[in-house]
Amino acid sequence: MTASTTAGSGRHGRSGRHGDGMGAPVTLQDLSRSFGAVRALDGLSLHIAPGELVALLGPSGCGKTTALRIVAGFEAADAGSVTVDGKDLSPVAAAKRDMGMVFQSYSLFPNMTALDNVGFGLRMRRLRAADRQRRSAELLDMVGLSPQARSYPHQLSGGQQQRVALARALAIEPRVLLLDEPLSALDAKVRLQLREQIRALQQRLGTTTLFVTHDQEEALSMADRVGVMKDGRLEQVAAPDELYARPATAFVAEFVGIMNRLPGSLLGQDQVRALDTVVPVHGDVPAGLAGDVDVLVRPEGLQIAAAPGGNGIVTDRTFLGSVTRISVRLSGDVTVKVDYPSAAAASLTPGESVQVSLPAAAVLVTGRR
Amino acid sequence: MAERTIQAAAPGITAPGARPGRGSRSLRRILQWSGVLPFGTYVALGLAAPTIAIAIAAFRNPSTGSFTLSNVRLATEGSYLPGLRNGIVLATASAIVPGIFGLLIAYAIHTAKRGRLLRQMVITASGVFANFGGVPLAFLFIATLSTTGVVTGWLSDLGWDPWNHGFTLYNPVGVFVVYMYFQIPLMVLVILPALEGLRPAWREAAENMGAGTWQYWRHVGGPVLFPAFLGCVLLLFGSAFSAYATAEALTGGTVAITSIQIGALENGNVLAGQQNVGYALGLFMVVIIGIVMIFYAILQRRAARWLR
Amino acid sequence: MAAVASTGQAIAQPPGPAARPARRGGSFPVWRWAILLAAAAYFLIPLYSALKFAGLKAFPGIFRQSGFISAMGLSLRLALITTILTLLLMVPTVVYVHLRLPQIRRMMEAITILPIVIPPIVLIIGVLKVAPGFLLGTPYLLALLYVILAMPFAYRSLDAGLRAFDLKTMVEAASSLGAGLPATLWRVVLPNIRTAMLSATVLTVALVLGEFTMASLDLYQTFPVWIVNFEQNSGPVSVAASLFALFVTWILLMVIVTAGSWSSRKRGGGEVALFTVVRQDFSQTTGEPE
Repeated sequence: MTASTTAGSGRHGRSGRHGDGMGAPVTLQDLSRSFGAVRALDGLSLHIAPGELVALLGPSGCGKTTALRIVAGFEAADAGSVTVDGKDLSPVAAAKRDMGMVFQSYSLFPNMTALDNVGFGLRMRRLRAADRQRRSAELLDMVGLSPQARSYPHQLSGGQQQRVALARALAIEPRVLLLDEPLSALDAKVRLQLREQIRALQQRLGTTTLFVTHDQEEALSMADRVGVMKDGRLEQVAAPDELYARPATAFVAEFVGIMNRLPGSLLGQDQVRALDTVVPVHGDVPAGLAGDVDVLVRPEGLQIAAAPGGNGIVTDRTFLGSVTRISVRLSGDVTVKVDYPSAAAASLTPGESVQVSLPAAAVLVTGRR
Repeated sequence: MAERTIQAAAPGITAPGARPGRGSRSLRRILQWSGVLPFGTYVALGLAAPTIAIAIAAFRNPSTGSFTLSNVRLATEGSYLPGLRNGIVLATASAIVPGIFGLLIAYAIHTAKRGRLLRQMVITASGVFANFGGVPLAFLFIATLSTTGVVTGWLSDLGWDPWNHGFTLYNPVGVFVVYMYFQIPLMVLVILPALEGLRPAWREAAENMGAGTWQYWRHVGGPVLFPAFLGCVLLLFGSAFSAYATAEALTGGTVAITSIQIGALENGNVLAGQQNVGYALGLFMVVIIGIVMIFYAILQRRAARWLR
Repeated sequence: MAAVASTGQAIAQPPGPAARPARRGGSFPVWRWAILLAAAAYFLIPLYSALKFAGLKAFPGIFRQSGFISAMGLSLRLALITTILTLLLMVPTVVYVHLRLPQIRRMMEAITILPIVIPPIVLIIGVLKVAPGFLLGTPYLLALLYVILAMPFAYRSLDAGLRAFDLKTMVEAASSLGAGLPATLWRVVLPNIRTAMLSATVLTVALVLGEFTMASLDLYQTFPVWIVNFEQNSGPVSVAASLFALFVTWILLMVIVTAGSWSSRKRGGGEVALFTVVRQDFSQTTGEPE
């Protein structure tokens, strides 16, 4: 792909070299990086298939941005390698890596119009002015900003600026698209619109994409696979539904979606007692855990029924559409949230006594907090 | 463009970071600093070297070249010590008074939302006047306030001739009046960035909590601005203390302040064996300035904490 | 902004009845006019006096004096060379520091403030001692020294200009799009500090055209020096020449500033504010996304 495109063909290109789209396979192998005493990355390994959108998700400081910048070439790893399409990129300078990057904000060149911004990468690749203009216009059209072609960045809204930034990154037909929390600085509504737009474009062009975010909703809704990171390592990489339904660790479970924590006691290595029920343990019990533990259950994983003299009192209810989220205070000062179909939730009002119970399904356990 | 400079900077900017070498960390750091090499060299040659030369000459006997303290001693005798004193007093006054006026003017234009043209004009004017000194300025004031000056004439017509009441342009007081002409604009220029740092939100929050104008300035605005203000005043001190041309042109080299005295010595009004006294005086000036700069640096650090 | 209007009362009557922070109309409060008027008086009256003293007839006399052309020419040449040298030295340095060595910015400020406070008189006697022979013989030694004198202003202007946008992100963006260092500097960095470079230029030119101390001790007849040497011959002409010097500097600066402001406003840049960069929409200082 690179050969044909950088020769200045200016074609709206599908190279056909890597499956359907422009994307190349990317492999991160054992990446490590420390900043002084802080270990930002601790042996990160990840493989991204051509055309796939992988999101790196995690709290601030988990190393996701560092990983992205290493792939981009703005930081060097202390150990490990980045391989794109079979080629090790470690000795290659950022400017030569042929990757498109969208930054969090303020990355458009204020001295150029939107059109010129988009065409900048093409100018660096020595495309003729006519070809450059045509291709830039095509891309602005793809992001729906043709009328703004001659506007300067300061005349555009935040959302528009990021769309131009996206068009600019894609104009060079990169093998890999890198996105560094591109939606964080935008307001909610714009964020939602752009999410869809980015995803649609990415799929249409088939570009391999690495997307960094701290917003789990964003990651889950956009990505083919999500890698959850903590303290420089990947806790789990899986498709969104897998991540949600079968989190590998307690951290992933609590980071993705909402999790309840219930006190329980471990019985052996594969059973746990909580809420007066014995249920199997999902997966392996974390090493060294015994006796008193916390059990992790999703709101939709609990059963609730109005019952005088039950084990809890309803403290609050939140209408969420088809389900209502009911907050219940259990004995022992534990609060849980239980999702219940709204149609049937009429009787579960604050102050009511209810019985919350565990169905016979496997649950995750983790150390008592 | 300076190819040389760009080459030196290149390793820094085009991501040597992409090369994960272990041994090259320290090499990388050396390369990092190489980018400021041209600047550093220039400053070393243009500022440091002359200063060191002066320091050395201050302690050198002009005829034998040997180490001596006589220059330094002579520099504190006769008219030189009063010269230093006058210089410092003059500089202090020329720092505080223009400091206050400059602040007021800067404040007057800074908050003017609809006065953008005014601000542009005042800023440009400040740029011009801050550098306007020396002879042309002296002539201006001679035409204005000398015994036959225009304003002197106006005041005499009103019945009060300043020259009859002890005023003269040709002593430190007169020089002070003239110094304001470039000190005030200098203050305007250097205090504006600090004013930009005063966030309107602070003012609004204070009002929201019931503070009046005076209370705002007393508890919030004043304290926040003070380090920067003081720093700029120190800057003005340095500028006034170092000034030479204006005083020289105005008084014909007769006013007794250090910079003038150095000029006189350099121009050859020297007794035998005292050729290097000028360098000793220069050294004194540098030392005084050095002390001022240290305080300035401390204040700037304070100011930066709140105003950036 | 209500805050602005009620602040107006602040300085004029500090302990007085605390100004009610009511919504006032956007009119200029009185004290502001008072200050500006007083300042205008102080600055303009001497100009007027000089004009009156010299008489308009003295002006043509300037050009007839011998040495005017060569002195003026020398000053202008020095101004040009100094400006070019200053920009050549300071722009890459400041950009580099912002990009690669942000931790020394405070030190840079301290160093570049030195020329304002180191007495030029002291500097020149030191330089005359250490300068190599070939330099001493030309007036261009002055240009090299003027670069030092211009440093504070140049540095502060450029520094302010660079702080007005996110340099690091932009350079990385350019890099990710395939731009090497020269292309990045030329197409991305420089165009965005045009205003700041203009400020630096303006201040440098003003400095050179007005500098007397070092030129006179170096024994070269730049324009300011020429004016002094003329005092003996003709008082009015000297005064007229002083006004002329001021006027020329002023015009030059206005032209540069106006041209710069106009072109930068089109691209959303700030006014040429010399030491700061003021954004058009005057909210607070441009956010510093560092």
